[in-house]
Amino acid sequence: MIRRIYAIAKKEFRQIYRDIRSLAVLLLLPIFLLVMFGYAISLDVRHIPIAVYDAQNSAESRRLVDEFNHSEYFDLRYHLSDVREIDALLDRGRIRAALVIPRDFSRLMLRDRSCEVQVLLDGSNSTSAQTALGYIEAVILNYCSGLTDRELLRFAGVQVTVPVDYRPRVWYNPELHSSVFLVPGLVTFIMLISAVISTALSIVREKERGTMEQILVSPIRPAELIVGKTIPYVIISLAVSFGVLAVSHLLFGVTVKGSYPVLFLVILLFLLSCLGMGILISTLTQSQHMAFTLSALLTILPAFILSGFVFPIRNMPVVIQAITYLFPGRFFLAALRSVIIKGTGLASFWKEALALVAFGAVTLTFSILRMKPGPRGRRK
Amino acid sequence: MGSGDSFAVEAADLSKRFGRFTAVDAVSFLVPRGTIFGLLGANGAGKSTIIRMLCGLLRSSSGTATVAGFDINRQSEQVKQNIGYMSQRFSLYLDLTVRENIRFFGGIYGLSREEVGRRLDWVLEMAGLRQRLDDLTSELSGGWRQRLALGCAILHSPRIIFLDEPTAGVDPVSRREFWELINELAAGGTTVLITTHYLDEAEYANRILLIHSGRIVAQGTPGELKNSVLHGPTLEVSCSRCIEALKRLQSQPWVRQTAVFGSTLHVRPLASLGLEETRRRIRELLSDPLFELRGVESIFPSLEDVFIQLIERQDSASESGAEGPS
Repeated sequence: MIRRIYAIAKKEFRQIYRDIRSLAVLLLLPIFLLVMFGYAISLDVRHIPIAVYDAQNSAESRRLVDEFNHSEYFDLRYHLSDVREIDALLDRGRIRAALVIPRDFSRLMLRDRSCEVQVLLDGSNSTSAQTALGYIEAVILNYCSGLTDRELLRFAGVQVTVPVDYRPRVWYNPELHSSVFLVPGLVTFIMLISAVISTALSIVREKERGTMEQILVSPIRPAELIVGKTIPYVIISLAVSFGVLAVSHLLFGVTVKGSYPVLFLVILLFLLSCLGMGILISTLTQSQHMAFTLSALLTILPAFILSGFVFPIRNMPVVIQAITYLFPGRFFLAALRSVIIKGTGLASFWKEALALVAFGAVTLTFSILRMKPGPRGRRK
Repeated sequence: MGSGDSFAVEAADLSKRFGRFTAVDAVSFLVPRGTIFGLLGANGAGKSTIIRMLCGLLRSSSGTATVAGFDINRQSEQVKQNIGYMSQRFSLYLDLTVRENIRFFGGIYGLSREEVGRRLDWVLEMAGLRQRLDDLTSELSGGWRQRLALGCAILHSPRIIFLDEPTAGVDPVSRREFWELINELAAGGTTVLITTHYLDEAEYANRILLIHSGRIVAQGTPGELKNSVLHGPTLEVSCSRCIEALKRLQSQPWVRQTAVFGSTLHVRPLASLGLEETRRRIRELLSDPLFELRGVESIFPSLEDVFIQLIERQDSASESGAEGPS
């Protein structure tokens, strides 16, 4: 049995190696995708170009402006002398936000403890505008709390607590880097595509060329054939996924918080379900063209839309949420994020792990059954 | 090995239906051990389907068969262990070398390293591939590929080999060499079941099964078939304007059957007519200098004549009311 599996796996490796272009695609495409996506799909809003119109130009107002200056989220491009300049700058897209500090800023501040500053925002991209607004609020809040403490101490000599002290603390990804959030999604996406498509094609190719028939007349069992066929792709996909993690560490500084054995296990489980899916597709199709189309359809779209990679699953309509359970990507992504970002152990995502095992078992069993010649056996 | 030690293959009422189409219709035959058994028929007659059922690639719709004494439906594992199969299409890996292909097939038949090494030597010797051991299979020409495929199919020394149109698309010299290999195998005790639509090749077989539209039309040795099916002489007419001559001959009531063979015509008269009388009538009929009649010779009928005769008989039988057997 080992001998037969070994023969299949060795042959498969040889063919992969000999077809160097496909190998390159298999190895380099994921890295390329990672770099592309990593830089393109950045949900971070940083270095927002802003302008300030400081009508007062006092010590207090300058301190507020400095707060913006020191933040890496903002690039203070213009100190305006006329409030009317803002319109033109926003129109031409030179700035995305503008801050207007009123003439009586420090007076109101000290007398009423409250004062309004105006923020003008380019809302043409609602997502980034929302984020920018959040950052601006945070900067102002930061300024206010510092101010309150200091000013109160100076004037009253007593410490007064601010009614609500809003100090959010973001866990796991304190700086809210979206690359940290995206890398697990990318690993999912890349593995789905490379593992599913390459296994599906490797089997359908044999059908198309007639070599499958030669294998099927030998005493090899369907399970042995499938195991032998998948071993090379398991190894390559494992290498690729760890390569993706290495590259994302180098380029985006993403580190794995959890343990590597757990990570390895999660990836392995996911790979099994990917391969199961690939093999199942190959038993359902007769041509490489058809297999490619079907596997692309079943991987690329769900990986993007239904895995929670880009769109959070909990925001989806209930029906769509139910559909996401049919794709292994969703379970893997949840587990992967737990390991990489939160650093939690198997205890926190055993359900997802179990779902992956189930998915792999069902698809592989079904494929093995499909491979046996049945009463409705195919013609040629 | 089960019962029926003297027969390598026993098929009983073997049928295969694809939807409403019956590809193989209740076929029964026996293949004695150590013989070359030819399955003959036109493309689509059902030859491949029979072989594919016997090899376990297709499940039969009804009927049974044993191969090497094992039931094809219930003991397919044992069947597979005892057979070699070479399919219609060349089915080795073109992107592997000769050696790698041989090692691979040795591996999936579960041969040990030493066994593979020994058989590798034997295959190289048999197929004359020693010089091409490390060449990619894609670089081999048709005849070499075919011998390599045969080598891979018999690596595990099977007792029965199934060859499905092995010589299709191979040049005549390579075909003859291939048949020599097959004869050697049979001489060594291997049973060879071979399909072909080249009738001239069937003469190499010990026994023949003629198949038409999924049914057995006749079986026997090549000699038996010629004697039992064909009564009366067969004449070979060498002339020009064959088609015109053919039409003229067909319109004669004393001509039972005609066929074009390359640049000659084969004519079979009614049995009662006698050789000399037929020859005289043909000469008279084609006396026009237009036909440039070169000769009318009595020939030994080929299997093709037998085949044509049988198919015509069969087709006219099914036209005259008999809507297929039940």
